[in-house]
Amino acid sequence: MPSHSSLGSALRLLEGPQTLGKGPAFWSGFVVVLALACIYPLFADGYDVGNNVYFFNWAFMALGLSLIWGYGGALSFGQTAFFGVAGYAYGVLTINFGDAYGFTFVSLVLATLIAALFAAVLGYFLFFGRISGVFLGIVTLSVTLVLERFMSQTAGPEWHIGSARLNGFNGMGNMPSLTIPWPGGDVVLYPDVPLYYLTLALLVLVYLALRMVVNSRFGNVLVAIRENPQRAEMLGYDIRRYQLGGFVVGSALAGLSGVLYTAWGNYITPSSMGMTQAALPIVWVAVGGRSDLTTTLLGTLLVLAGFQALTIYGSQYALVAMGFLLVVTVPAAPSGIIIGIGSLFSRGLKRRKAREAR
Amino acid sequence: MDFLSSLFSFAYQAGDAFAFLVLSACGLAVIFGMMGVINLAHGEFILCGAYVSTSATHLGVPLPVSILLGTLVAGAVGMLLERAIIRHLYDRPLDTIVVTWGVSMIATQGTLILLGSTMQGTGTPFGSIEVGGYGYSVYRLVLMAAAVATLAVLWLIFTRTRFGILARATIQVPHIAEALGVNTSLVYSLTFGLGAGLAGLCGGLYAPTMTLVPTMGSAFVVEAFVTVVVGGADIFLGTAPAAAILAVVKAALTSWEGQLAGQIGLLVAVIIVIRVLPRGLTGFILRERA
Repeated sequence: MPSHSSLGSALRLLEGPQTLGKGPAFWSGFVVVLALACIYPLFADGYDVGNNVYFFNWAFMALGLSLIWGYGGALSFGQTAFFGVAGYAYGVLTINFGDAYGFTFVSLVLATLIAALFAAVLGYFLFFGRISGVFLGIVTLSVTLVLERFMSQTAGPEWHIGSARLNGFNGMGNMPSLTIPWPGGDVVLYPDVPLYYLTLALLVLVYLALRMVVNSRFGNVLVAIRENPQRAEMLGYDIRRYQLGGFVVGSALAGLSGVLYTAWGNYITPSSMGMTQAALPIVWVAVGGRSDLTTTLLGTLLVLAGFQALTIYGSQYALVAMGFLLVVTVPAAPSGIIIGIGSLFSRGLKRRKAREAR
Repeated sequence: MDFLSSLFSFAYQAGDAFAFLVLSACGLAVIFGMMGVINLAHGEFILCGAYVSTSATHLGVPLPVSILLGTLVAGAVGMLLERAIIRHLYDRPLDTIVVTWGVSMIATQGTLILLGSTMQGTGTPFGSIEVGGYGYSVYRLVLMAAAVATLAVLWLIFTRTRFGILARATIQVPHIAEALGVNTSLVYSLTFGLGAGLAGLCGGLYAPTMTLVPTMGSAFVVEAFVTVVVGGADIFLGTAPAAAILAVVKAALTSWEGQLAGQIGLLVAVIIVIRVLPRGLTGFILRERA
């Protein structure tokens, strides 16, 4: 059957030249980690489990940045802009139209699409203007900073969309959580065990889908552009389209993060698009190892956990530590700490590290 | 008379915007032109200049001297940073940007921890003059003069001094400059210091006009980024004309819709400009359109 074989060839893309980890050893490890993540709520308090969904919320943005920056070689410093736009869009949509009939999930999709559309418009000007790496970074960073300042001054009652007040610097709150329509009472996904499973499932899905994307023809071209844009162009690829495609997908994932975060905490503020917040995804992705999805994911969760632990001593100390982490890792381990440490034990990783250091 | 006074008002606003753009961008532009790197800790060098000069003023040092002090301290810190970290990353320009962002985080949060959430300002000196019924701050006029003077001094440095000639040689072809006996690593170090010092100058000059908080650098960076993006690599062919054009755009939008509209308009203008002129005004003037 053709459908069967196309499914098979799609599944084969789960392994390939652009992703670390292959064969039974990697996948049994993957299953073990997934199983541990699945049984974790059985051993923990529902409240803690709900809080830990927080870590997963950010991972989508990190994976998206890995696609744009690690695979595509385009520095986007303003992923938080898409995070914020989608977060606010979710708030506006759900406050206006409520949470009945599964509309929260429609809002999730719509808000993510709005972020993707915003990324497509911005990306058109950037990539079709053939902006080089440095300028791309600072223009995207400027966009997120200006958005932050814009949202910060929307405190007055005249700033509203429908019945949703934007509330300026204090941020928008009281939007409904994700809600599954169910006969005999809707299931509201408060930060608790069901939301944990939903977010985990989404994360696994996105991770596997991205593995297929980067190992597909599209992903290979993206990597070819990162390695040498002129060469890719000479081989007949319209590099602008590929870069724009990667940018839109990655930014949509940042948007998804924004929606999940807003629905999780029922809250979004302008500072989620500020300078400090914009730096954090860069830290996670650079420290973990931006050029691979798996190291990005592990690194992000690791750094977030460390950040959370340090926040007990005050968040400004934690931010100083994040800054140091960036200043130390980037020069010392350009391909991230996971590949850096792994290369001490594995020859394959050592070769990869040597290749990336060039 | 009414027309003349509104003309003066617009010229004053445009001049004010021009001064702000030039002063906040020239340090960034010097480093970018030299190394092709955007220093994301730029805002924190501005912060450094502002805090040092304000502290000096509180201690009774006259304002011009304390601004100079802020400039020198920021420049020295910049050279130190170049020696300690940036130097090791010259072959990886994109990583340099990321590292300077880390430095920026450390500096902002470190200032917050060590010096608290705000520092007492000194107040704007010189009072104001009245033209056509409206009051205008004299200090703002001083800032405009300072912006022009800074450009003039930079012009003299890059065209009339030995350092300037060596720096331009290093920008053009680093390997040949080195082969001819230029100590390029010293030139890089001095240039980075010059860029950081200019940021410090900006901080010192604007410190009396604003609230001193650890995040004050980010009030400057968007304008600085935008000016450098529109301007391109050359400070005289790029940054200065870009600042002039953007100042008119910003002043027009600000007087029409307010401060924020000016900023948003600036950003939109930039995004459109880079679509048309990817190498900025420098590229347009030098006819090397991509």
